Amino acid sequence: MGTSAIVHQRAVPPGKVRSFARRLRAGDELAYLITLIAAGAIFIITALVFYELYSESSLARHKFGWGFLFSSTWDPVAGNFGALPFIYGTVVTSVLALLIAVPQGIGSAIFLAEMAPPRLSNISTFLIELLAAVPSVIYGLLGIFILVPILEHDVVPPLKSVFGSLPLFQGAFYGVSLFSAGIVLSVMIIPFIVSVSREVLLSVPRDQREASLALGASQWQTTWRVVVPNASTGITGSVFLALARALGETMAVTMVIGNTPQIKASLLAPGYSIAAVIANEFTEATGDLYLSALIELGLVLFGLTFVLNGLARILIITTSRSGGH
Amino acid sequence: MATPQQQQSLKEPVLLSQEGNEVQKTYAAPKLCTTDLNFFYGSFQALRTISINIASNKITAFIGPSGCGKSTFLRTMNRMNEALRNTRVEGQVLLDGQDLLSMDVNDVRRRVGMVFQKSNPFPKTIFDNVAYGLRVNGIYKNSVIEEAVETSLQHAALWMEVKDKLNKPASALSGGQQQRLCIARALAVNPEVLLLDEPCSALDPIATLKIEELLFRIKDIATIVIVTHNMQQAARVADYTGFFLMGELIEFDDTRKIFQNPGKKETEDYVTGRFG
Amino acid sequence: MASSSLQKNLVNYLMFGLTGLCTLMTAGILFFILGYLVYHGGRSLSWAFFTQLPAPVGETGGGMANAIIGSGKVLLLATAIGIPIGFLGGVYLSEYSGRTLSFVVRYTTDLLNGVPSIVIGIVVYALVVHPMGHFSALTGGVALGIMMIPISVRSTEEYLHAVPVSLREGALALGAAKWKAIVTVVIPAAVRGIVSGTMLDLARVAGETAPLLFTALSNQFWSPGWNKPTATLPVMIFTYAIAPYEDWHRQAWAAGFVLLTLVLLLNIIARLALARGTYVSKA
Repeated sequence: MGTSAIVHQRAVPPGKVRSFARRLRAGDELAYLITLIAAGAIFIITALVFYELYSESSLARHKFGWGFLFSSTWDPVAGNFGALPFIYGTVVTSVLALLIAVPQGIGSAIFLAEMAPPRLSNISTFLIELLAAVPSVIYGLLGIFILVPILEHDVVPPLKSVFGSLPLFQGAFYGVSLFSAGIVLSVMIIPFIVSVSREVLLSVPRDQREASLALGASQWQTTWRVVVPNASTGITGSVFLALARALGETMAVTMVIGNTPQIKASLLAPGYSIAAVIANEFTEATGDLYLSALIELGLVLFGLTFVLNGLARILIITTSRSGGH
Repeated sequence: MATPQQQQSLKEPVLLSQEGNEVQKTYAAPKLCTTDLNFFYGSFQALRTISINIASNKITAFIGPSGCGKSTFLRTMNRMNEALRNTRVEGQVLLDGQDLLSMDVNDVRRRVGMVFQKSNPFPKTIFDNVAYGLRVNGIYKNSVIEEAVETSLQHAALWMEVKDKLNKPASALSGGQQQRLCIARALAVNPEVLLLDEPCSALDPIATLKIEELLFRIKDIATIVIVTHNMQQAARVADYTGFFLMGELIEFDDTRKIFQNPGKKETEDYVTGRFG
Repeated sequence: MASSSLQKNLVNYLMFGLTGLCTLMTAGILFFILGYLVYHGGRSLSWAFFTQLPAPVGETGGGMANAIIGSGKVLLLATAIGIPIGFLGGVYLSEYSGRTLSFVVRYTTDLLNGVPSIVIGIVVYALVVHPMGHFSALTGGVALGIMMIPISVRSTEEYLHAVPVSLREGALALGAAKWKAIVTVVIPAAVRGIVSGTMLDLARVAGETAPLLFTALSNQFWSPGWNKPTATLPVMIFTYAIAPYEDWHRQAWAAGFVLLTLVLLLNIIARLALARGTYVSKA
């Protein structure tokens, strides 16, 4: 078939194509509706999470009021419930975890984003991403059988010999404790700090770095005086995100914290966290008030993580916007 | 050599010029016709009262500096701009005398095909790329599709190069071949008008020449409208040329007149390179 | 000048070393974890682990065949519930939503993603388990399914966004209706990213324990059907690890080894696929 011959030949009769096109128009409305329903379902599920926690905890909320948050009695037999020991345990372990994880996490993020040669950075990033995927219960397993004995024999005795006079390191150490839980938590949240901080650092525009390097600043000077200040809001966001993770972390903490509802100044004493008490007592809770009190603990946890996550998002979005991304 | 007297806003049928020295005094209905067309991106007015008649089975080119609205104008004629948020169109666009803006949008795009600045083959085989438009328009019969694919690839002067590798991915083709594939893909649904938005801007001179050659051949089956930043290209391929500046159609006339004896100072400045 | 430049370089090397050490310690944890699990878990792993029911208290031996099947069932359900909602929600965000609504949906998705898993467990207990009157694989699937939604939404949205606008325009310019362009061009072009995202999502919930404690619960025996309390690997690891029996600890290590292998394999496959690009440029 020569090209001149086919030029006048129409590939398809036009009328036929058009009528089909018209019929397909209805499809768009349908597709829109289906995806809208899915998106709506997400909204409804999230709203239900809050509503259920709120309504199912009404018994405890009405009985104890705000005092629930400040009372340190947890007596299921007498029907007296206060959240303070759990809030204390949760906060102490999370803060301890942050103290360890923030410097190490941000250090790693700086190395990966700024200092390391690309190949090394890629491999390390990959490994740290895998670390983030390790399930909580595996951390718990290692916590009980590996970390706790190490702490008991190799870490706590020297710590006590140096800082033994401080209230933080008083009393006997039985392995399971706030201290152990904090260590396990720190290991668990480092990957989150690294991956979010790394991305925030990478979103700092290249021209900022080049301007600094062109003035004769070293890699580190550029990183520390130009890149990190640019990214500081986002890095703070990553810390909040990690804190929210730590507060809600359940299994690993449950396995090493000792599960004792008490408030002791010493890190070496066993404690309890909000998530751990829910995990341990929820299926065994007898009586509506007991269950309701546990659900109110869930509500407290939800509220805390809600606020932290919201703040973290805002901080991270602000940096990536001002970073000109 | 006589040139038909044309105004930039032609309300009456366009007078067609012919090869040779004679002007045949036949009036043909314009294929596309816009009246007082305005277009807004948010509050920015990108097109200002564009009125034009585009002749059937001719090649019409639009030239002008970047951001002058020529691409926007092109994209109004198959309503691709509707996909963008916060845009508004005013005025009238007629396709064969029918109101294009109130027609079924998919129907409009089937009838008014488009080739983009950067070739955009789908991540599919060469065959499936060309067949795509037929399939989404409800044609599934293999014999029809196969014939249309071959015909379209012939039109796009690509058949000889790809007939043995129709099942290879389109990404394996060179840049110029990919752009011709996109033209073949557009032709397969048998469009009445083919809009080309700077189709050669990313191509080398040889690939550009091939596309210009094929445009001459396909103007028998479709009305062609091409936007180009390359004035030589407009001068080579177009029967009519329009000059856009700051969202306005400054002048629209026979290509030779635009380049040899423009009626407006701005046009002259631009085509002689004195612009800006 | 020379001394200041020397000092500058020294500080630079020092910080390179310090931050490098941080990275080494962080990445090293992975090898620490892997080492212990291979050592303890590999030693405790036997054919019986995959084929037998748990041994009664006081007896040695037995396996976790029921928990392996149970985890499979719960994850299958979770995928069937979570992925369609997440995928369609992602399509909505990427292709259909207006500015205000997309903000609302994106924000609630992030919120849902941040809800601690134990809280999801409570809510599913109150909403589904309590009305049904018993723990079951079904409710475990619902809990994990809800947890899968946010990641699925965000990864679908991200990978659809990575598909160039020019491809969408190419399809629309041929007269394809919008939904057809999405189904026939946009989604196929993003399919590698979306599938990898789903695998990562699955890997994440495969290790989830807390929400299963009050939904699937656990079981020492087979649990046919969807309506019985069902053993899962993560819950078994938990209960066996905190139990006071030496032989159960052995089993917990073996289960941990199997679970971690599964999770890391899913991660490695998905991430290698993603490293090759999320937008498919070849047919």
